[in-house]
Amino acid sequence: MALDRWIGLVLLGVCLIYGYAAWFTMDDSLAPFMQRNPIWPSTFPKVLSVLGILASLFIVLGFEKGEAKVGDIDYRKLWEYNLGQALLLLALMAAYALLLRPAGFLLSTSGFLILGSVILGERRIILTVIIAAIATGIVWYLVQVILGIFLRPLPLFLGAT
Amino acid sequence: MLEGLLIGLQTALSIQNLAMVIGGCLIGTFIGMLPGLGPMSIIAIMIPVAISLGDPSAALILLAGVYYGAIFGGSTSSILLNAPGVAGTVASSFDGFPMARQGKAGKALTIAAIASFAGGTIGAILLMVFAPMLSSVALLFHSAEYFALMVVGLSAIAAFAGTGQVAKAIMMTVLGLIMATVGEGALFNMPRFTMGLMDLQSGFGFITLAMAMFALPEALFLVLKPRQSKESDGDIKDLRITRQEARAIAPVIGRQSVQGFFIGVLPGAGATIASFLGYAVERNIASKEEQEQFGKGSVKGLAAPETANNAACTGSFVPLLTLGIPGSGTTAILLGALIALNVTPGPRLMLDAPEVFWAVIMSMFIGNLVLLVLNLPLIPYIAKVLSIPRNFLIPFILFFTLMGAYIGQNNATELLLLVGFGICATILRFADYPLAPLLIGFILGGMLEDNFARSMQLYDGISFVWERPMTLGLLIIAAILIILPSYRARRARLRASGIADGD
Repeated sequence: MALDRWIGLVLLGVCLIYGYAAWFTMDDSLAPFMQRNPIWPSTFPKVLSVLGILASLFIVLGFEKGEAKVGDIDYRKLWEYNLGQALLLLALMAAYALLLRPAGFLLSTSGFLILGSVILGERRIILTVIIAAIATGIVWYLVQVILGIFLRPLPLFLGAT
Repeated sequence: MLEGLLIGLQTALSIQNLAMVIGGCLIGTFIGMLPGLGPMSIIAIMIPVAISLGDPSAALILLAGVYYGAIFGGSTSSILLNAPGVAGTVASSFDGFPMARQGKAGKALTIAAIASFAGGTIGAILLMVFAPMLSSVALLFHSAEYFALMVVGLSAIAAFAGTGQVAKAIMMTVLGLIMATVGEGALFNMPRFTMGLMDLQSGFGFITLAMAMFALPEALFLVLKPRQSKESDGDIKDLRITRQEARAIAPVIGRQSVQGFFIGVLPGAGATIASFLGYAVERNIASKEEQEQFGKGSVKGLAAPETANNAACTGSFVPLLTLGIPGSGTTAILLGALIALNVTPGPRLMLDAPEVFWAVIMSMFIGNLVLLVLNLPLIPYIAKVLSIPRNFLIPFILFFTLMGAYIGQNNATELLLLVGFGICATILRFADYPLAPLLIGFILGGMLEDNFARSMQLYDGISFVWERPMTLGLLIIAAILIILPSYRARRARLRASGIADGD
């Protein structure tokens, strides 16, 4: 089965779970006066679940035969591309999300920029560190001072608020 | 209208807003030039900055400037590198790149700049004429018509976005609508589908979703498959065009400004369709000798898509400003930004916030002029951005994507959601699922449910569908928009198989 139909199957599952929640669980907690209304909080989700199930079934059962297109990236030959770099960058992004608050903006951001460049093959470490440090400083100044949005600059263990 | 124009001129010419236009155009040009980053990604990255300005006019002027700038920048990389920065400028590379290879890069850039300026300016004049007319008609609409109109908009987007694969586009639209129902809605004031998580109480963040749908997959695609940049053979020195060339492109610019504008007004048909259609029309109506020149460095072949894409960008503001319905992914992002700034675009925008409405239109004239006057002599220097190594460029794109989501919500959970949605969006792109309908569905979801609920309450049920003729008419149009492309694709397939079988 082609990838688009597998995705259709996953979406069918999502719509079924969504539909179950809309049809069988949402109305239990509805106040009696709301039950006299022509529209309930579950009405729109119920309609959407039916539409979603129909559309995903259409895809899964292959009723609409479009031409199989291979775009810029052919997912069947994914290992021929820089998959390792992409996965490492995604992991780095997740680590940045988890470390931004505890490690502070300056440390986590300069670390993200340096490691990101290294993952992509940059070997001029001193240049990378200088660029990352300057960029981090400028962005912190712009966001904190110019835009007035608080970004904790230093790690928690240094006692920064 | 004259009073509105004066209000708009006064607002657009303030020092802050002039800085926004100039800054937006320059940022858009710089980033739009980078292959892989489209206007949607650029605008998504710029939204937190725009929202932090606090002034809706300034924010929209900045974002609109970034939009035109990105389209202009995309043309430069199309012409110099044959690597279009945005999809709307792909057709510009058909004749622009051959011109650059013939040593006419400067001439090609001049034609692109003039055509873009004319397309954008004529488009803005048409917007000035048609937007108020449509606004006054839209004031007659009730919630039932609004609901039906949004269904038409979503159907048209699904039909256009998924040419030949409408089911996928409908699925993405429905998924966007489903995502919009997560969280505590204004209508019922009770949490829905939050799974008990506090972070989902206010629903998914629009900026996070916009970044995840566009900026992150683009950057990941750049990592997965680095684009090979080719050195330009053209020397960017001689920027002049001859009188004969000017005479040849003048009628093309006139025709494509109007055609591009009206294509831009249609929901779902944006700058990309306008540019390809513009190129095809001009090629078809050209003389035999001129037709042979198309694809080999024809000035008409370059002027047509360049005019059409800019006019379409302006045209796409018509449904956004007058009906509050975005016609493209880019205008959907702009709508989200406006809602975040407590401005609701629609027929009442002209009455409630005339300074926003008219300032945006006036800033379009100023923005196009800025692009022409400022960028043309600076192009040889701005083009240097193309030489930034990807080892530095990609981490910065990813960092700005993360920062955009973080600043928007000030919540680190948003960053994890961004990565998760970004991975899903990349997988969906592998399988050719269109992402713009998802974002448009997400943005329109709240309004669609709101109008649906009001109509249901007013008519005590679904009877508004047949009791209001305009609502019924619009819903029939929506059904036709969904059925027709599938029917035509099926017929074309049957005909093709019939011919193949010797039928």
